[in-house]
Amino acid sequence: MTSTSHDQLIHGLSAGLEPVRRLRRPALRAAMWLAVVAAIAAGLAAFADVNAMWQRLIAAPDLWLAVIGSTLTAIFAAFAAFELSVPDTSRLWAALPLPAAILWIAASGLGCLRTWLAPQTHVATMGEARDCFVFIVALSIPLAALLFVMLRRAYPLYLGLTAAIAGLAVAAAAATLLNFFHPFDAAATDLAVHAVAVAIVIAVSSALTRRIFGRHSAPAGVTAARSSAN
Amino acid sequence: MIKAEPRNRSADDLRRSAQMAAAQAGDRAAYEALLRECVSLIKIFAAAQGVPPDQIDDVVQNVLLTVHRARHTYDPARSFTGWLRIIAERRSIDVLRRVGRQRAREIHSPLAFESYADENADPMRLGRDTAASSRVHAAMATLPERQREAVEILVLQDQSLADAAIVTRRSKGALKVNLHRGLKALRGMFAEQD
Repeated sequence: MTSTSHDQLIHGLSAGLEPVRRLRRPALRAAMWLAVVAAIAAGLAAFADVNAMWQRLIAAPDLWLAVIGSTLTAIFAAFAAFELSVPDTSRLWAALPLPAAILWIAASGLGCLRTWLAPQTHVATMGEARDCFVFIVALSIPLAALLFVMLRRAYPLYLGLTAAIAGLAVAAAAATLLNFFHPFDAAATDLAVHAVAVAIVIAVSSALTRRIFGRHSAPAGVTAARSSAN
Repeated sequence: MIKAEPRNRSADDLRRSAQMAAAQAGDRAAYEALLRECVSLIKIFAAAQGVPPDQIDDVVQNVLLTVHRARHTYDPARSFTGWLRIIAERRSIDVLRRVGRQRAREIHSPLAFESYADENADPMRLGRDTAASSRVHAAMATLPERQREAVEILVLQDQSLADAAIVTRRSKGALKVNLHRGLKALRGMFAEQD
C-alpha cells in the first residue's frame, strides 16, 4: 500500500510537471529590495533638509551611531530574510543582523543619558513622538508588502523566523528613513515610541506568518489521511 | 559558513543535480526518476532524525510535496542531496512535533482498554457504520469521474485544495466546482433514499 501511494504521488507530481523559472540568488534579491528602499530614501531626501540632518547627526556620536546601526540592521536583516527564504539554509542567518541591532539599540539608549542637547534639535513632544510612530508604521506597510511578495516567491522552511527577520528589516529601514524628518534629540519617550513602532511591525509580521507563507507549511498527515480513507 | 557545500560532489549527487535541473526545465521523465530515487534517501534521512517507522511514509510524502513546490529554489550549482537532506530533516522535525503533541494528549494503555468496558459502546454501531460507509461508496460510484475524485480527495482524504490541485493537475477553482456539484448530487441521492 505504502509504495503504491508513493508511486501514485510521484506519478501525479511528475505528470503535472511544468517548467519553472529558477529563483535568483538570495543576495541578489535582497539587493533588489534594498535598491527600492534606497530609491524611496532618495525621494524623501528631495523633500527633506539634508544639510540640517547632517549637522544634527554629526553633532553627537550616539546619533550617527544609531543611524549606522539601524541602516546596517535593515541591510543585514534583508539579506538574512532572503537567505532564510530558501530551503537549504541555516537558521544561523537569523543572527546576522543582531550585532547591528545591538549597536542601534545601545546608541539610541546612550543618547538618552547625554546631559546636553544636540544643536538644531529639541526634545520631541508627545505629539511629535506620535508622528514618528505613524511614520514608521505607515512606511513599513509598503516596504513589508514588497518584501513579503518577494519572499513568497521562495520557499522558507523556518516560516516564523523568516517573517520576524523580514519584519526587523522593514522596521529598521523605516526607522532609518525617519531621520530625514526627525529634528529631535534622543529622549526616553521618543525612543520608547520608536521601540513600540518597531516591535509592532515585527509582531504583526510574525503574526501574519501563516497568512503570508501558508502554502509553504507542511502538508499534514498525507499518508494517514489516505489510509483512513481506504 | 552558513550553507553546507561539499567541495567534492559525488557522481550520484551530480547526476541528481542534472536531473533536477532538467526537471526545472520541464523534463517529466527525469523528474519521475529523481523522485523515485529520493524516496529511499528520504527514508534514511528521516530514520536518522529518529522518526518512528510508522511515520516514515508521512515524512516521505511531505518531503516529496515540498520538493515539488520548492523546486524553483534549487540551484544546480549546489548539492542536490544536501538540499534534499535539509528539507527531509525539517519535515522530520515537523512530524516528530506532531507525534509529540498527540502523545501528550493521548494515553497508550492496552491493559485499561481490555479491562474496562466502554460505557458508551454500542455493538450495533459497527454494523451501522459499515452500512453507512457502503452506502456512501455506492453513491459515490455513480458520480462522474471528476466529481468523485474531488469528493474523495478533499472530503474523505481531507487534503488541502493546494495539495489536491497538484495531485489531480486541476485548478483549485475547478476542484471547488467539482466538489460542490458532487456533494449536491450526493445530498440529492440520500434525500431520495431517505
